[in-house]
Amino acid sequence: MLFETSENYVRKLVADGLRIDRRGFEDFREIKVETGVAPKAEGSARVTIGNTQVLAGVKMSLGDPYPDTPNEGVLIVNTELVPIASPTFEPGPPDENAIEISRVVDRGIRESKCIELEGLGVGEKVWIINVDIHVLDHDGNLIDASALGAISALLDAKIPKYDENEEKILYGEPDRPLPVRDIPVAVTSGKISGKMLLDTTLEEESALDARLTVTTNKNGEIVAMQKGGSGFFTFEEVERAVELSVEKGKEIRKILGGIRD
Amino acid sequence: MKAGAPERLIVDGKRLDGRALDEMREIEARIGIFKRADGSAMFRFGNTHAVAAVYGPRELHPKFIRDPKKALIRCRYNMAPFSSYERIRPGVSRRSVEISKILKEALSQVVVLEEFPKATIDVFVEILQADASTRCAALNAAVLALADAGIPMTDLISSCAVGKVDGEIVLDVAGVEDNYGEVDMPIAVTPRDGKVVLLQIDGILTVEEFRKALQLAKKGCQKVYEVQKSALLEKYSEEDVNAVRDE
Amino acid sequence: MGEDLLVSDHQLVIPGQDLARGYEYLPGKGSFRAGEFIRSKVLGQVRLKEKVINVVSFSGVYIPKPGDGVIGVVDDVQTTFWIIDINSPYKGILVLSEAVKEFVEIPKTDISRFYDIDDVIYAKVVNVTKSKIVTLSMMDQRAKKLRGGRIVFITPSKVPRLIGKKGSMIEMIKEKTGCQIVVGQNGVIWIKGEREDLATRAIVEVERESHTKGLTEKVSELLNGKDL
Repeated sequence: MLFETSENYVRKLVADGLRIDRRGFEDFREIKVETGVAPKAEGSARVTIGNTQVLAGVKMSLGDPYPDTPNEGVLIVNTELVPIASPTFEPGPPDENAIEISRVVDRGIRESKCIELEGLGVGEKVWIINVDIHVLDHDGNLIDASALGAISALLDAKIPKYDENEEKILYGEPDRPLPVRDIPVAVTSGKISGKMLLDTTLEEESALDARLTVTTNKNGEIVAMQKGGSGFFTFEEVERAVELSVEKGKEIRKILGGIRD
Repeated sequence: MKAGAPERLIVDGKRLDGRALDEMREIEARIGIFKRADGSAMFRFGNTHAVAAVYGPRELHPKFIRDPKKALIRCRYNMAPFSSYERIRPGVSRRSVEISKILKEALSQVVVLEEFPKATIDVFVEILQADASTRCAALNAAVLALADAGIPMTDLISSCAVGKVDGEIVLDVAGVEDNYGEVDMPIAVTPRDGKVVLLQIDGILTVEEFRKALQLAKKGCQKVYEVQKSALLEKYSEEDVNAVRDE
Repeated sequence: MGEDLLVSDHQLVIPGQDLARGYEYLPGKGSFRAGEFIRSKVLGQVRLKEKVINVVSFSGVYIPKPGDGVIGVVDDVQTTFWIIDINSPYKGILVLSEAVKEFVEIPKTDISRFYDIDDVIYAKVVNVTKSKIVTLSMMDQRAKKLRGGRIVFITPSKVPRLIGKKGSMIEMIKEKTGCQIVVGQNGVIWIKGEREDLATRAIVEVERESHTKGLTEKVSELLNGKDL
């Protein structure tokens, strides 16, 4: 209801080839990535895209592997749309929007095989990698911000030491960096008034017909895709979204290049 | 590749179940399978079996979630506990919530929601047997159940999945291919207008492979549409239609 | 038949199917315009009325329209109006001025003395707003409170079959059973009389066999006591 009037405004503006903040349709807002923001986490990152702010933390513990992959670590991604981020977010278990974000982020990380899960066994147990995404300020494009937060926190993560005699994880005493070999980047194309826009703001999303998230790896291959929203894309638009994602993914990957240095 | 995988999934251009790369499993569809529901349908791709029931349009509660301009679609995708070798724990999972959401969004594209302000249209889909492409089968069944319920739609939706197996792009991944295949790409289109209303990818595809996959998917969806069309027309035989004409 | 028509009258069509091309024809009930095409919105049968292409659906819930006679049950009684369940996603509203001719002093009157919860009425739909506020009226010759008897539901789109050509079907059932029968456009049928059971069976038969040939004979046989 809040954006009922701006919805029409956004549609009209976009139809005329314009955006409220005067960006080009294919421009991102400024992206900032800061790692190591949660010292008690094994890895963490704060990502801002314009006013959208996401905090991601990696916590590791030892647990049981999946039966079919006995020596591989386990990845679990969870997203919380905490009530401070938006008047429309309510306390309680994750709703369908939070779950969709988690699963889209998870898919990008898992399918790109960016984490070398194979070497993460400790005796009978394996490392469980929990990536928790906390959305702190919602000004649109939560999927891209969350995916960026997750991979940044993973790049920042160090496996803690494990005392085999005491059977105890020595939190706060890093052993080695978490083996990460690729950087998946999610880029979402939003469709408004029949036009494709990157990095939509919350106000723009009030007029969003559909979105297509394409996650690419460093080779420029597609690793995951998700269409959302009740609108549709033509086949041509789908192909354009893929091109845009490959292109923007490269640029964004450069921002993350420094985390491991 | 995981332990226990067959050495090859494609031998001499044929898949392990004997299908060609661009060949679908057997498809079956029927409408009006349940008495109580306002509309119902089943859809089957080989051993993937989905049934759908539609209730509504009906009054929506609580009042504050009503939309004064259009109807709301609520969708529940659920897997029966016995639908898979490993028992599916009853209740909602993150997976089922996500699939329910994307199905609802796809259906919202074709249903003429403006005709039923404030009301709800409830779509329930149960997967009775699962062998890949369950969300595609669910969507194919759901859209048929909506048509059976007499709910106005601008088009149908036809859905299938394309995958990558042994480095090849194949139509309608199933069986061992699902466990050991490299990519799964479910897609749904409106057959008349060619609108893409659902699209997901799990796994690595080059941009070239993706284009190829898209072309193959178009072909698959067309096949699904033909079967859906017959299912809708078959319920009312020629004789029945003539009877109505005599009215 | 113009060259632009892509279907024939009475043809069975599915949602999204092209019915006509160009601008010679007009979309009617159950169809819509998509660019240069007219398409069907529903699974149903084409009914041409000159240049208007209608598609009659075989199923669907009752959506009220002005002029319909409906049978409803009083759901709630407010200070100056009643809320009526009319077997639809939308409730009907019956305001005092459309229900009672006499002068009513509102602050001193409990209007449930006119119509109380669970009363069954046959009313006229007088107005349906864009947001589906449905107003009913008892200011119609045929409108009345239906006392006693029983209620049977049929699919609303099958009501014309139950009525039959110029009322032939329903008149036959009334005559053979001696029952009073009121048919609501909303698929709600009220029956009262000594042979309510037989009338109910006949109506259920129409519901079940509405798409088959020889419906009138089947119902007639049933009413004449021949075993089916």
